[in-house]
Formats: sequence, structure tokens, C-alpha cells
Amino acid sequence: MKRLLSGNEALALGAYHAGIKVAAAYPGTPSSEILETLATFKDIHAEWSTNEKVALEVALGASYAGVRAMASMKQVGLNVASDPFMAAATTGVVGGLVVVSADDPGIHSSQNEQDNRHYARMAKVPMLEPADSQEAYDLIALAFDLSEEFDTPVLLRTTTRISHAKSVVQVNRSRKEPAPAKFGHNVQKFVMLPVHARLRRPLIEQRLSKLKIFAETFPYNQIFRGSGRLGIISSGVAYQYAREVFPGASFLKLGMTYPLPERLIREFASSVERLIVIEELDPFLEENILAMGIKVQGKEFIPKSGELSPEVVERAAYQAGWLKPATEGRKIGPLAGLPPRPPVLCPGCPHTGVFFVLNTVGQRSKLLDEQGKSEKEGSLIITGDIGCYTLATYPPLQAMDTTACMGAGIGQALGLEKAGVTAPVVAVIGDSTFLHSGITGVVNAVYNQSKGTIIILDNGTTAMTGHQEHPGTGVSAQGEKTKAVELEPLVRGIGVEDVKVVNAFDVKALRAAVRGAIASPQLSVVIVRGGCSVRLKTRSGQRSIDPDKCDNCGVCLRLGCPAIQKLDEKLYIDATLCAGDACTLCEQLCPKKAIAPANQSPKEIA
Amino acid sequence: MKKYDFIMVGIGGQGIVLASDILGEVAMSAGYDVKKTDTLGMAQRGGSVVSHVRIGERVWSPLIKQGTADILVAFEKLEALRWSHYLSPDGTAIINDQTTPPLSVSLGVSRYPGDDEILNTFKKLTRNIYVIKGTKTAIEIGDARVLNMFMLGCISYLLPIEPGLWKECTAQRIPAKILEMNLTAFEKGREEMAHVDI
Repeated sequence: MKRLLSGNEALALGAYHAGIKVAAAYPGTPSSEILETLATFKDIHAEWSTNEKVALEVALGASYAGVRAMASMKQVGLNVASDPFMAAATTGVVGGLVVVSADDPGIHSSQNEQDNRHYARMAKVPMLEPADSQEAYDLIALAFDLSEEFDTPVLLRTTTRISHAKSVVQVNRSRKEPAPAKFGHNVQKFVMLPVHARLRRPLIEQRLSKLKIFAETFPYNQIFRGSGRLGIISSGVAYQYAREVFPGASFLKLGMTYPLPERLIREFASSVERLIVIEELDPFLEENILAMGIKVQGKEFIPKSGELSPEVVERAAYQAGWLKPATEGRKIGPLAGLPPRPPVLCPGCPHTGVFFVLNTVGQRSKLLDEQGKSEKEGSLIITGDIGCYTLATYPPLQAMDTTACMGAGIGQALGLEKAGVTAPVVAVIGDSTFLHSGITGVVNAVYNQSKGTIIILDNGTTAMTGHQEHPGTGVSAQGEKTKAVELEPLVRGIGVEDVKVVNAFDVKALRAAVRGAIASPQLSVVIVRGGCSVRLKTRSGQRSIDPDKCDNCGVCLRLGCPAIQKLDEKLYIDATLCAGDACTLCEQLCPKKAIAPANQSPKEIA
Repeated sequence: MKKYDFIMVGIGGQGIVLASDILGEVAMSAGYDVKKTDTLGMAQRGGSVVSHVRIGERVWSPLIKQGTADILVAFEKLEALRWSHYLSPDGTAIINDQTTPPLSVSLGVSRYPGDDEILNTFKKLTRNIYVIKGTKTAIEIGDARVLNMFMLGCISYLLPIEPGLWKECTAQRIPAKILEMNLTAFEKGREEMAHVDI
């Protein structure tokens, strides 16, 4: 059967057909849909774990029980999971264990760009890289086989344009019967006391040597002969760009990028006049091939940072003289000077109100320039986190001073406080990220006697990655009702005495809570609660602006709500975007009471 | 088998990803090789969105090269302009007559381009320009959100794939209770392309 699948959907279906029993993940772009798709199969256990480290530990435990298991995550997720990843590389597996890392070249939706191929080399585990959805479907099955045959976790690495691109897949397998769960006690394999880990260490090297031999005949390391004298080594989506740009070249396409098939590469190199490597991000293949003593070109011309594309590869090819520049075709760049349209907080977003309050309480519109800079320390420092609310960095809200990684804001806040800054410090964190890695920060803040403020933005979902459930929602990844971890007793249990819960859509209450927490001499936690507006099932009472009452003061525009628009000096609310009764923030702010439900005249309200 | 490269652009929340998914599925059912990829900003709504859809005998890259798209489908006018450099010489531009000022315009930091500027830019690129009233029609049908099906109707007018297949694939992706409204939007889009002055 032919299906049009994203790489993520193909990985999930492929894993299901390969007999997977347990899948665990924490949402992260571009990896989230792998677990979302697996969760639709009710005969396996698919879970959202609290974070990637736990996800990999769950998968590892399942593997020890002899069943096939997988943990999937975005590139920075593997940083969080790197501890069990390295340990798993040492213990090896019983049931096949696959770790999927979805990298984000070009930083579409991450805090940094990193090439996770290095993890395969560091852990000395095999790595597979599909070049389209068909290969994602095929390779994931081989990854499980490989894992069991070589007693190793397998890293399957994708990138945004593999995970989030759709292509045609021949679905030609049905589900393999999962192995029965059976744990065989084996302390030398599973208990990594130094004395046991030392015994396993040489086995890792032996495994790698065997894998090198295996790589030579791995069917997805393929040579495609072209007519020209140019030979290209490539993998993943970079291979697709290269095929597009070099129609006549010969290709060695690698489906397994660690360890490399040295003999095959030598053969290929000697069969072409000029050898080049086309790869995204770091010169991973190139440096490994250079280390074999083979002359090869690549990163001298292909950018090391950012996403590749057919035009980036083409430009490099012209510059390097690999191709003669084409004369036909249109060569114009994007138009300059257009108004940008960056992502923004949605109309009715439960984060808008609290960041508006942080902006005004901290007088940040006066303090910060367009770039969000100021020489002088303002009256409020806001340490941030990863989520939709990171968008509150932009004008007009401008209420975020740091963002590093999940959970970091709470530790950073304590660091700023202990360093002796004069301004009060407020850490903001989402509900899902709080459960991911914020709890330990709060424990640390209590223990080390912080006087700061922590605001938990509880919108009841993992919004930015597509509204996944989390331990606080009371619903599992597979839609079952489960116990919800409640934030207030959790925070109180850690030892925070000043805990308040505030309605995210009540500006006065938000202002009072924020001011109170900042003034308080002890550590305060404010939980700002309000549902994500994208999940609203029905909308009513869309607001409109009465032009007779509006004096164009622009206070409502300071919310940064995309529904409130101004064109040719006319201020209006786009009714197709307004969240209406669920929000009402602009109505609360309007000093002229010019904002009211569209079907109701403002007079009736007054 | 002729190849078609589509750039579909607009604003997050306009249903571009679903429309491009259906386009891909229709093309696959009609026997084409298909690759598609969407570029979304970080958040769910409000940012600039671009979807690349490529269909043909054999497709390699999921991304289209600038200056080579056969059909640019813009759900909003500023976004049409933003991605105009993807259009191939004498490619076709379908531009929905909708103006949504981004925040920087509302805040008075930047200026939304005039209709003349937009049209003149496109006239330099191609003779095949369709300016269609998709948003107006969608609201008349009963919900601004059926715009994406209207735009698919417009696209279908340009492709040698019969309307029945479009409807079949749409029915698989759209819930039954709003299907009729969506199919009406599809029909209206097809009709408008036949009548609009270019």
C-alpha cells in the first residue's frame, strides 16, 4: 500500500511493524509526531515521559526485559538523555533499543544548533540516517535488528527535512509479533559498578570493529554510478539536494554513517576523479574520510552552520568549481524591506496577560531598546525558559531576559540573586517544562534560601510542540485518564510557603500577585492558570472597538495580540482571530471602555 | 509526466499545512511522486508559513529552488510578496485578496505595501496572476477557515487531475460534519479561477 507519510510517521509505523513494545519520548520539534503516531497503536505502551532522560531509561528497562523499545527526542533532548545513553552503550541491550534523535539544522525551533552524529562516535554505537520517509520506514526495522545482533543501542538520526517532510512510502510489512517480556538476571551486564563497566569496556571496542565490517555490506550504503567524473558522498536530506544539483555525478549514499565503510569509501574514491562530501552541519563524514588518508573536499565550500538547500549546495558548487554556473533561470533574492511576520503569542493566549504585567511592573518598554538592550539594570530581571512564552521576548511585551534550556531559568535566577543584583529576579517556566526539569531548580532554590519569585505558566498542555499531554494534565499519551500531578501541593511539598494561583486572564489579579511576590521577603511561587486558546472548542463574544469612543491611545496594542490590528491609522479587532469571552484582556485595559463584544454596544455594558 | 512545484504561503492558522497535505495526497493518488515540507515558525499561530509541494515523475529534494516554482499560492498578500522570488519566469501566482497587518505594522514600526506595489512586483515576474477573493467567499460560505479548501479549488483548476479525486482525498481528511461546507469552498475556488481576469 502506498502512503504519503512524514519521516516521523514512517519511523513510527516502521517501529510498530518491527514489533516494538515500549516507546517513550518528551515532545520536541521536530521529533514529536513519532510518539504521537505510536500512541495511536493500542497494543503497545507509548508514553510521554517527564523528560528525555526518563524516556530513555524507560526504553532501556524495556529492552532489558527482552522487548523492542525506542526513545525519540529532538537534538537537545539527547543532551538531557546523554547520561543513560552513554550507560546503555556500555551495558548493551537485550531487546532491540533504538534512540531517535531529530536534529534541527537552521535552528527552526531550538535554542542551539548541534550535530548529534557526534554522539554516535562518542558512545561508539551504530548510527543510521534515512534520506526520505521510505528509508525511515525501512531503516528503523534494520535498526532494531542491528541492535539485537550487536548488543548495542542504535542511534537513528533525522533532521527537520526528514522528520517533517512527507514522501511516498510503500508500506510492505505487517506487524512482527513482539518478543515476550522476560528479565534474565545478569549483574555483570546490568549493574555498572566500576568493576563490571571495566569488563564491558573492551567489548565496546570489539563491537565497533565488527560493526565496521558489517558497514561494508550494509545494503543502504549504496553506489549510484553517474556519467561524470565527480563523485559525491552524502547522506540524509543533503543527498537529495546533491542529486538535484549534480544530475550527472556518481554517488555513494550512506544510510549508515557510523561506523563508516572504509573499504567501500576507498573503492568509490578511486573510481572518481574528484571526491566531495555534501553534508549538513559539521564536517563529520569529511573528517572521518580525511582521517583515512583520502583526499576529499567539502566544508571548505559548504556552510558549516545553518540548513542546506538546493540553492546553498548549488552556490557552493559554483564557488568551488565543481559545476559551471548556469546562465538560465531567474536569479533574484527575497525582496528587501518587507515588514517581518515572526511567530507571535496567539489571540487569547494565557501568557499574554502575565507578560504584559511583567512589562509594565518592570517599566520595560521605557528601559529596553528595539534589540531588548539597556546599559542600566532595570527594576526587574526575568529569567526565561523554552516554550511559546519565549516569544514574549519580542516587542511590545519585551519581558524576557534569558533563555538557555529547559528548567534553566530557575537556576539562573538564583545565580543572579546570589551574585548580588539589585533588581528583583523573576523566573518564568511553563507547566510542562516545570515537570521536565524545573522541579529540581525549585528544590535547589528552597535549599539555598532564595528570596526570588518563580512564575509557573500553567496552560494545561505542552503547547508549542502541538498540545501533547504531560504528567500535570491527567491524561496519558494514549488518551487514558491517569493521575494528574498537581502543581500546588508539589511546590508546597518542596518547602515553598508563599504559593498563589492566579487566573491568567485577570489583569488586576495578575498585577497584585506579581507585585506581592516581588515584595515578599521569601521565595514565592505564582501559578498563572489559563487554558491554551488554540484548544478552545467554541468561541463567543469576539470583541470590537467602538471608533466613537476609541482615542487611538494604543494601550491595547501593547498586548501584542495579533487580532488587534492597525492599518492606515484605524484600530480594529479582526473578529476571525479574536478569542472573545475566553480572553477579554484588551477590554480590561481600555481606558476609554471602547472595547466590547461585537454584538453588544459598549453603552449597554457601561 | 509534467512536474509541478508549488510554494504555498500565508499565515499560521490559515490551514496551509492541511491544504498542502491534501494536495500531496491527491497527486500521489493520481500517480505522481510527491515530496512536501512545511516551514513553520516556533508557535502555532500568526507567523509566516511556507509549504513546498513538489510533484512529478521522480522528486529528489523536498525544498524548491528559488526562481523555479511553477505555482505560487498565497493566502495573504504580504506573504505573496515575501515569497515572490520563488516563482519561476512565467510561473503562475494565485493571490488571495486578504490584508493582515503583522504586529510591526500595527505598532507603526513598518508599513504594509500597497496593492499597486504588490501587483507591479508580480507583473515583473510573470503574466499569469490570479487575484482571487478567497477570504470574502469563505466568510460568505459561513466560516473563514474554509479558505484553505477554496485555495485548493483554485489549484485544482490548473492541474490535469480530475475533481473527483480531490473530493475523495478531502473527505479522508475533513470531519464529516464540516465536509460539505469545505467542498462548497473547493467548488467556489475552481469556479473563481475560470472567471477571474488575469
